Amino acid sequence: MTDILQLLIYGLVLGSVLTMGAIGVSMIFGILRFAHFAHGDFMTLGAYLGLSFISAFGLSSWWALPAAMVGMGVIAVFIDQVLYRRIRRTQPVILLIASFGMALILRSLVQLIWGSDNQTYASGIQFPWQLDWLGGMRLKPDHLWIMLISLALVAGVHLFLTRTRLGKAMRAMSDNMDLALVSGIPAERVIMVTWVIGGALAAAAGVFLGIDTRLHPVMGWTTLLPVFAAAILGGIGRPYGAIAGGMIIGVSMEMSTLLIPAAYKPAVAFAIMVGMLILRPQGIFKGTV
Amino acid sequence: MELSGLASYLVSFLTFAGVYAVLALGLNMQWGFTGQFNIGIAGFFAVGAYTSAILTTPSSPAYLGGFGMPFLVGLAGAVIASTLLGLVVGLITARLRTDYLAIASIGIAEMVRLFVKNEGWLTNGVRGIAGIDRPFADTVLDSPLTYLVIVALFVAGVYFLVERARASPWGRVLRAIRENEPATAAAGKSIAGFRLQAFVLGSAIMGLGGGLYAHFFGFLSPEAFMPLYGTFLVWVMLIAGGSGNNRGAILGAIVVWGVWSGTALLTGLLPTEYATQGAALRVLLIGVLLQVILVTRPEGILPEKPPKLLARKR
Repeated sequence: MTDILQLLIYGLVLGSVLTMGAIGVSMIFGILRFAHFAHGDFMTLGAYLGLSFISAFGLSSWWALPAAMVGMGVIAVFIDQVLYRRIRRTQPVILLIASFGMALILRSLVQLIWGSDNQTYASGIQFPWQLDWLGGMRLKPDHLWIMLISLALVAGVHLFLTRTRLGKAMRAMSDNMDLALVSGIPAERVIMVTWVIGGALAAAAGVFLGIDTRLHPVMGWTTLLPVFAAAILGGIGRPYGAIAGGMIIGVSMEMSTLLIPAAYKPAVAFAIMVGMLILRPQGIFKGTV
Repeated sequence: MELSGLASYLVSFLTFAGVYAVLALGLNMQWGFTGQFNIGIAGFFAVGAYTSAILTTPSSPAYLGGFGMPFLVGLAGAVIASTLLGLVVGLITARLRTDYLAIASIGIAEMVRLFVKNEGWLTNGVRGIAGIDRPFADTVLDSPLTYLVIVALFVAGVYFLVERARASPWGRVLRAIRENEPATAAAGKSIAGFRLQAFVLGSAIMGLGGGLYAHFFGFLSPEAFMPLYGTFLVWVMLIAGGSGNNRGAILGAIVVWGVWSGTALLTGLLPTEYATQGAALRVLLIGVLLQVILVTRPEGILPEKPPKLLARKR
């Protein structure tokens, strides 16, 4: 029983990471209609930006988060303006190819700048709290923080989408592009904000992953498949669905280690995704097929 | 001595380019004609390569088989195995929009790689399979040059087949699906059916490429099937050469493989302690090359020829 609770905690931590990535993928898909394949490498780059920031100023690991989010938000807009904007007028699938190329460019940049060895934000082992009232389950402070901060970020995205003009404009564009454009929604500004949020959340996912495990140039790429699985499960183009999808995929991946070798964790995410594509391709929350 | 070194480099270069040309032709069937986005090429390539290796190597206690079969049986096995994989992926994704295929295909490639890495009983895991013979091994004909000729024959054969397919009514339907799906459906064509056929055919060609690669390189390990080499280069080749044009696919394979090998010579000039950075720099250059092509000349070196208009009677 304790084992299962323990895995549930790990699953929710992983789910938080995946949710941060999947919200961005889902929003970008909703607005620009393409699957953003560089999102995993956005996560990687964000994590490394945070690393440079904290080592430059000698700060503790959590300071990596705001630095990475701001930095990645700016870089995402920059990449969009330099590359994606130029080919946006052609078919969305060309954007898909470009983003795939961008993924490799970003990864090799990370390798060039920071090297390809494993790195960590802070050395040493963090002692978990022993929760005796929950059957001696252990909880690391970092894990608790990852879950709480994700919750806060999700709440922030929710407030943005429901309470601000720009957020409402974004939902309108995602629901019905033509109608939104006809009613005079500033498309370029919405697209820019989409990239800022998507980039910042990807950076948050990267930093969480870096705090939970370690930093590595392919950390984001290997997380991309579960992130897509989460976005599809929730209904692609639906940011709220991404939360449900992220948590389900995260928990299933960790729980699966009870039954199958841990090396096949990504396969679980993939199997859920394929099952979903066969049974209900529009996702739990009826996204854009 | 100098000259023979150059000649053998050229033979090896062209053989590699030939293997990539087969992969690019397979991708052209899927993306160039039908508009199906497959970025799991590495998966089909790996399945083909391993199938052929297991079928043709002498029996070994470390992994399944080998069965010591002849070269052509190995290639046939490679084609059959990747056809089956293509059928499974195609059946799942044929009804969905192409973004889903892209995501599913990358999943397939990752699964294949995980499987190859972790199931040592079948593939010898990370230690890999060594000693895969070229055809005509232990005869006078066994030389890299002979193998180049064999690969060239296969490229020519595949080119002939896909070019026939392109010119046929079947190929016209594929391009119609790519250009305008609702109109093609309205003309009574089964979109999912044609997509599935094109996808499976493309996958089979990629499997053939994998088999050819295995016998050329002689050694397989999961590292060879990272998305970069298996998938990304083939995409750059097709886009650079001209997607939708079979000659463009072959030309792109040669040109981009030339650029890729050229960057290797360039980064080889760097001091050895920068070896890993050099590898990253090469990927960066190829990535930037792709973006430049996409922005400035998305139709590639040899653009797809528009179909001949029938002379209209006035």
